[in-house]
Amino acid sequence: MASVQVFLEVLIVGLLSGVMYSLVALGFVLIYKASSVFNFAQGAMVFFAALTFVGFIELGAPFWLSLALTVGTMILLGMATEKFVLRPLVNQHEITLLMATIGLTFVIEGLAQLVWGVDVRRIDLGIKDVPIDWVADNTGMLISQLDLFAALIAGTLVAVLAVLFSRTKVGRALRAVADDHAAALSVGIPLQRIWGIVWAVAGVVALVAGMLWGARSGVQFALVFVALKALPVLIIGGFTSIPGVIVAGLIVGAAEKLAEFYVGPMVGGGTETWFPYVLAILFLLVRPEGLFGEKIIRRV
Amino acid sequence: MSAVLPSDAIPAAAAHSRPILAVNNIEVIYDHVILVLKGVSLEVPTGSVVALLGANGAGKSTTLKSISTLLASERGLVTKGSIEFQGERIDRLTPNALVQRGMIQVMEGRHCFGHLTVEENLLTGSYTRSLSRGELRSELEKVYHYFPRLHTRRTSQAGYTSGGEQQMTAIGRALMAKPKMILLDEPSMGLAPQLVAEIFEIVRDLNDKEGVSFLIAEQNTHVALKYAKYAYILESGKIMMEGPASDLADNAEVKEFYLGLAGEGRKSFRDTKSYRRRKRWLS
Repeated sequence: MASVQVFLEVLIVGLLSGVMYSLVALGFVLIYKASSVFNFAQGAMVFFAALTFVGFIELGAPFWLSLALTVGTMILLGMATEKFVLRPLVNQHEITLLMATIGLTFVIEGLAQLVWGVDVRRIDLGIKDVPIDWVADNTGMLISQLDLFAALIAGTLVAVLAVLFSRTKVGRALRAVADDHAAALSVGIPLQRIWGIVWAVAGVVALVAGMLWGARSGVQFALVFVALKALPVLIIGGFTSIPGVIVAGLIVGAAEKLAEFYVGPMVGGGTETWFPYVLAILFLLVRPEGLFGEKIIRRV
Repeated sequence: MSAVLPSDAIPAAAAHSRPILAVNNIEVIYDHVILVLKGVSLEVPTGSVVALLGANGAGKSTTLKSISTLLASERGLVTKGSIEFQGERIDRLTPNALVQRGMIQVMEGRHCFGHLTVEENLLTGSYTRSLSRGELRSELEKVYHYFPRLHTRRTSQAGYTSGGEQQMTAIGRALMAKPKMILLDEPSMGLAPQLVAEIFEIVRDLNDKEGVSFLIAEQNTHVALKYAKYAYILESGKIMMEGPASDLADNAEVKEFYLGLAGEGRKSFRDTKSYRRRKRWLS
């Protein structure tokens, strides 16, 4: 009985952290879907967003004002990236674009630290990282309040984005651009405006991810590496699928926690850091397009 | 250079009204080095169907893309000449601005959005217009009226529909922009003859009832001359011949080179080719 309870606790903690991985991965998917650019700078954007938010708070701005200002900053950053980095490189090879985003990573990281300093900060979202009493009393499981809150926020954001994509004109245009740039251009969809929107949305997603991760582990340079955890999520979920990365985030979150708990002791711990990548390699061997990645439709 | 046929070679409509499209002596260069069009001029009278004929690589698609300004996204550049749509220079406009003015291109190879449903594909065509839900509905109904087949397939992913249905989707999508003129690139490509006829019948219908002008690039000379009113023949980036479609269909040279007919029945492909090669040296 106790072992079942422990299993469930580990699983739930894993799933909750998995939602956060989904959130980071979502930023990659948005941009990759619309412009086939693998945005290496997504992690830097997460860091930049969290740091900017904390910076405004420290300047004395109230919570909601800081949030609004940071959202504005991220939208500007996203649109500026599209305009000054990617637009001049349009029609270039994917590798060229990847290199550009790697360069962008250093610029954004440097800029963030130049403006806001290099100290580790705390974000206070008003939610404590303590177990929920009710759950602890009734089931004996220790589930963090913050984890649950973060998962709810992330879940809501994902749901809102999903509706925007499937129901609105811009969402439809975005999917059209993802399918066929040339055809989208031919029916009068302004590619650059759509790309600008996508980068802005990715910036806002980065902000939410940065705030939630920052609240849990402090706003520090290491946030940049959170983005690396998104890689196995992307590979498992498929680079082009929003539902894919959500499910994959949950899988990665749950699997790494379970592995850490059950396999870790056998190999001396540290399983959490590499297990997702092993999982990703297995997926690459069996299902390279990912769980829900778009199959290339090819008529013969 | 171009051999204008005698008699009533000037399209009737052009005599009394301004052409909807006028292309004057354009040159197109790809990647700064490859000269593809070497001075192409053509006109589409308002409300007409004009065909642009020629073999593979003659420059038909390039001509259409220069007009629709899609060329810029393929590293092509119009270096000389001018293009006017309804009297306005359009060489430096974006495709978005051009669609808003009423000219849209249906690209070669259909280019449907494979992962969107047929109906979503059609809806993307109305991006440049702000329509209410009800107006969108009635625009969709209009497209379904011309293409009943799309109505039955409206919830299928476009990538899984047949070639003919994709061509219809692509044309229907263009119609959603409420165009005054459609540039149609190789609509017959890869389709069965029966379907080709069906598509061209719809084009004729749209021209009659909606007043949409068409410029159609085609390799299928026979069908194109049957449905067009006027035609230009393009070879190696130059207009070699032009005239009313019916005159061209009767013209001996066109018959020989493009329709594969000659006085004493079919000529072998080899004879025709060597003849053409010789002629090009002379010109």
